[in-house]
Amino acid sequence: MRQINPDVVPAFPITPQTAIMQDFATYVSNGVVDSEMIRVESEHSAMSCAVGASAAGARVITATSSAGLALMWEIVGVASGLRLPIVMEIVNRALSAPINIHCDHSDSMGARDLGWIQIYSENAQEVYENTLIAIRLAEKALLPVMVCQDGFITSHGVENVEIFDDTDVKKFVGEHSYPYSLLNLKKPVTHGPLELQDYYFETRYQQVPAMEDALKEYLKIGKELGKITGRKYGLFDEFNIKDAEAVIVCLNSTAGTTKAAIERLKGKKAGLLKLRLFRPFPYKEVGEALKKVKKVIVLDRALSFGANPPLYGEVKNALFDMGYNGKIYSGVYGLGGRNIFIEEIEKVYNDALNDELKEHFYVGLRECP
Amino acid sequence: MSKLKSAKEIPIGGLIDEAGSSRKFKTGDWRSFRPIIDEEKCINCLQCVVYCPEDCIDSSKEGRGKINLDYCKGCGICANICPVKCIKMEEEAKFQK
Repeated sequence: MRQINPDVVPAFPITPQTAIMQDFATYVSNGVVDSEMIRVESEHSAMSCAVGASAAGARVITATSSAGLALMWEIVGVASGLRLPIVMEIVNRALSAPINIHCDHSDSMGARDLGWIQIYSENAQEVYENTLIAIRLAEKALLPVMVCQDGFITSHGVENVEIFDDTDVKKFVGEHSYPYSLLNLKKPVTHGPLELQDYYFETRYQQVPAMEDALKEYLKIGKELGKITGRKYGLFDEFNIKDAEAVIVCLNSTAGTTKAAIERLKGKKAGLLKLRLFRPFPYKEVGEALKKVKKVIVLDRALSFGANPPLYGEVKNALFDMGYNGKIYSGVYGLGGRNIFIEEIEKVYNDALNDELKEHFYVGLRECP
Repeated sequence: MSKLKSAKEIPIGGLIDEAGSSRKFKTGDWRSFRPIIDEEKCINCLQCVVYCPEDCIDSSKEGRGKINLDYCKGCGICANICPVKCIKMEEEAKFQK
């Protein structure tokens, strides 16, 4: 954020994102950045403030989690409906009730239909790089972007992060460009009018091709960032998929734990597809990557009550489109911050390879006495 | 009746990039009651002009002018405020065929 130096940062605290806003406030206070940091009275106001500032042509970044995202839900949809290039750090935390401050993906998954691009990050390095991509992607697609990371696990873990040269990053990020600023007196506009039955559908529909284009733009912008960082930014990362008989699909830090499990299972045909871009969902690409894998195990850190878990639902969709004839499993884990251990993931792989895995299972849950 | 535009032909995000475009939207067709002024009784106090929320009663130095039926929504505030009660709200259906 320091390197991006956003114009406006509306801030309201919620564990476990507070440190982001808090640390950034230190930069503001010390004059390291020029950002206007606006302390608002609630998350609903934080997003409202973000919408107003973005519509006025400002580069806006904010952050929230869980109940904060839930409180701003109304305006989150407004941000995408108005096609504003806002970037929001989501530090994934369980939704209430019960109240829980720890990690699961129910918050960002709960908002998956609101029209925001969603990028998931395995570790701090990825959060940094995904945020840089997000700033550019939001402006190109004219769609707001959520950059997600696991609450506490990633947000409060101490890691080495390679920070790239300020000049290179500032050049990559560039000047904010927004074509419909309210402050542009030469091209005056009105944002956010009423649209009745005759036009709402058409305006909302516009977000569909915008999302499709966003997928392509994400890859292009990732390539450009790769010139500075030397890394690749795909729709997902593949580990050992080519020869794998069982592949786990998951998001965020669990991908790291899974890699450790794969290492321990050396010799066994276990692979990982770590999804990075969840919205827009890359159905075709995920389907292509997994269509020859005999067993696909999707691990979700969120439930969708009364329906299939979110990531599993999308992956199953993608595989159906490919005429997949393997086995697809749905595992739910880690709700409310319950840890998932390397041993547990090893067991998932072993059970799958031995045909002992249930089609729908839970990891680490005390289902019955 | 103008042809409705497609998703590709309208600005994104419901943006309005034309000033004063609300003039094109003839809200008069929302009316279910129409104000009829008894010119004999009218004292030209111009209260109706001042109170009309749509600013659709004309006025000039000659006094009160016509009610602009393109935008009059038939709210009845003019009839309510008239000190001599010379404005009557008549059913719009009477004037439609």
